[in-house]
Amino acid sequence: MAQKINGAHAFMQALIQEGVETIFGYPGGAIMPVFDALYDYSDQVNHILTRHEQGATHAAQGYARVSGKVGVSLVTSGPAATNAITGIADALLDSTPLVVITGQVGTALLGTDAFQEIDVVGITQPITKWSYQIRKAEDITWAVARAFYIARSGRPGPVVLDFAKSAQSQEVEFEYKPCTFIRSYIPVPAIKDEQIEKAAGLINQAKKPFALVGQGVILANAEKELLEFLEKADIPAASTLLGLSAMPSDFRLNKGFLGMHGNVAPNMKTNECDVLIAIGMRFDDRVTGDLNTYAKQAKIIHMDIDASEIGKNVTPDAPVLGSAKDSLPALIQKIKPAKHTEWIDSFAEHLKREQELVIEKELFPASGEITMGEVIHKVTKATADSAIVVTDVGQNQMMAARYFEYTKTRSMVTSGGLGTMGFGLPAAIGAKMGAPERTVCMFAGDGGFQMTIQELGTIMQEQIGVKMIVLDNRFLGMVRQWQELFFDERYSFTKMHNPDFVAIAKAYHIDGQIVTKREELDGAIADMMKDDKPYLLVVEVEQKGMVYPMVPAGTCVTNILLGE
Amino acid sequence: MEKTLYTITVFSENTVGLLNQITVIFTRRALNIETLSVSPSAIKGIHKFTITLFTTKDAVEKVVKQIDKRVDILKAYYNTDEDLVHQEIALYKLATEKVLEHGSIEHFIRKYNIRVLEISNDCTVFLKAGHYEETQALFEELSKTIGVLQFVRSGRIAITRSKVERLSDMLENMRKIEEKQ
Repeated sequence: MAQKINGAHAFMQALIQEGVETIFGYPGGAIMPVFDALYDYSDQVNHILTRHEQGATHAAQGYARVSGKVGVSLVTSGPAATNAITGIADALLDSTPLVVITGQVGTALLGTDAFQEIDVVGITQPITKWSYQIRKAEDITWAVARAFYIARSGRPGPVVLDFAKSAQSQEVEFEYKPCTFIRSYIPVPAIKDEQIEKAAGLINQAKKPFALVGQGVILANAEKELLEFLEKADIPAASTLLGLSAMPSDFRLNKGFLGMHGNVAPNMKTNECDVLIAIGMRFDDRVTGDLNTYAKQAKIIHMDIDASEIGKNVTPDAPVLGSAKDSLPALIQKIKPAKHTEWIDSFAEHLKREQELVIEKELFPASGEITMGEVIHKVTKATADSAIVVTDVGQNQMMAARYFEYTKTRSMVTSGGLGTMGFGLPAAIGAKMGAPERTVCMFAGDGGFQMTIQELGTIMQEQIGVKMIVLDNRFLGMVRQWQELFFDERYSFTKMHNPDFVAIAKAYHIDGQIVTKREELDGAIADMMKDDKPYLLVVEVEQKGMVYPMVPAGTCVTNILLGE
Repeated sequence: MEKTLYTITVFSENTVGLLNQITVIFTRRALNIETLSVSPSAIKGIHKFTITLFTTKDAVEKVVKQIDKRVDILKAYYNTDEDLVHQEIALYKLATEKVLEHGSIEHFIRKYNIRVLEISNDCTVFLKAGHYEETQALFEELSKTIGVLQFVRSGRIAITRSKVERLSDMLENMRKIEEKQ
């Protein structure tokens, strides 16, 4: 008979069995037995103390997104659990594998409005793949095994384990069995031959095929298969926000970024192609604009692992249910080699127009104030396009999505679905922990940076070498842009009086500098990149910069403002 | 799009909180549940939910997919009335004195095929099983003639007419997947 250990130790051993090496957390009353056990495992598990539970969940997200492993966050009950909610919801919308463990009051106190008691399972059910309360120690190994299996399998997502304090202290025999099967859950549906046949038939007849690449390709580790597929049938492709970096930026058939602030050519060509092939993406409204005018001329192939996504926004002519890892190779077998030279060349005129009207001015302004785009361009070039970029939300995010470039996959970490301001800094911490050998560049605006600025403390304590670039325009830039365009320039509460960010960083013993003049920029970036230490670069950019091109929300994808 | 009465059938594991997981899917889309009935199914450990709602085909399809996606849901599907044999049960509490005054229990038994569950000095309880319209018609007649002290109607329960048994097929399929591992 196995020796009995307490629930907290059983829990730690279960995490180790699941391969957990890094935990982002914050201790408190109802989780103290687990933190006490953690103390005994500090040689096997690296715990990062964040400065807020929201930071712990975002850091776990950043870690998961770059490493492909499950991100783990460990917090206490009540306010800690509610603070973690934003990260949990963010992970659901962006399909990020996360296991969030919240402490809970002892079972005797459940339902009594005890100190720091909140109905975590009730609150998190709508924003998780699975949410479960562990009430007795015998359930621990089963629940942990199931949590990791659910979080990482199929379309990944967040799982919450709400761990009653009494169960943490109960004695239990430890025996671990990983979960590999749940009879009510089909994580990866088997591909159907007839669906592959139909899709291949459409592709083989296409004169003007166009592919939309989503994060599903990255989550399935199907980047190689994607490139082979596109090459074989000579199909131009563009990425959604979360699909960025699935294809290298310089890949011949990569035509850029889709959606509201995407490139002109892919948005125009969406409504010109004859076959639209969506791979692991979900036709988000920021990609489609008005659905009534979206790709009406095209036959639509929708490949996705999640049956509930197929037909949710766009009704496909040929649905292909399954993982891109299975469906792309099956399609490659069935499609004929093709050449679509004229069609592919036709993208160039739109690119030329965008280059002249938008990109040149943004990346290479001859005079005037510094622009966001030129900072991002210089930073990506300083890393030879090999870095991981983490963004906050707003103009900084869209500019980074437009101008950062990639040579490696899993290099873009951003809050796409939920659009969480404050995501950037903690997510960058997680990204650096998940890929310590890589350079991590975080772009944030002056607004979002201040939403989770306390995580500078985490960076200081752990000496996490994140390169932080704050694009400071003294405005909530994206909201200001909408006010300028759609609200008669009534700048209602978007102007910000900002502190001396570099002085704040200095207080945390983090090196940094502020750049206000163009001629200082190259030197400052070089200074930031000289070693692997944390660094804060604040760049005063133009106050009223605009992100163009722009498809106004809810309008046709070809209705593109260029700021002429 | 036209709204129809749809019946959604859900088979789930018998775990805490599943009803909440299902109802939030309706709440989020501002869909009103007309009737809801939950009970153990023929298979031990598996629960069956029968939910009816008025909505469009498009909406019901999306809701069913969202329900089916939840980890502990075994199978969810929807039907319209033509595909189903369905039933509701209603109980009617009447004042015995008024029933005797009216003097026509036989009429109700013949016309509505009711069963009398209880007769005491104070009250008489009728039971009627049937479709909504049928239990409603009896309620209306009783209200006009005798007066109804209490009335309660169950949610719908339903069985499909088709040959396909989706839960057994699903379980069989999953058993094969498990064996392969």
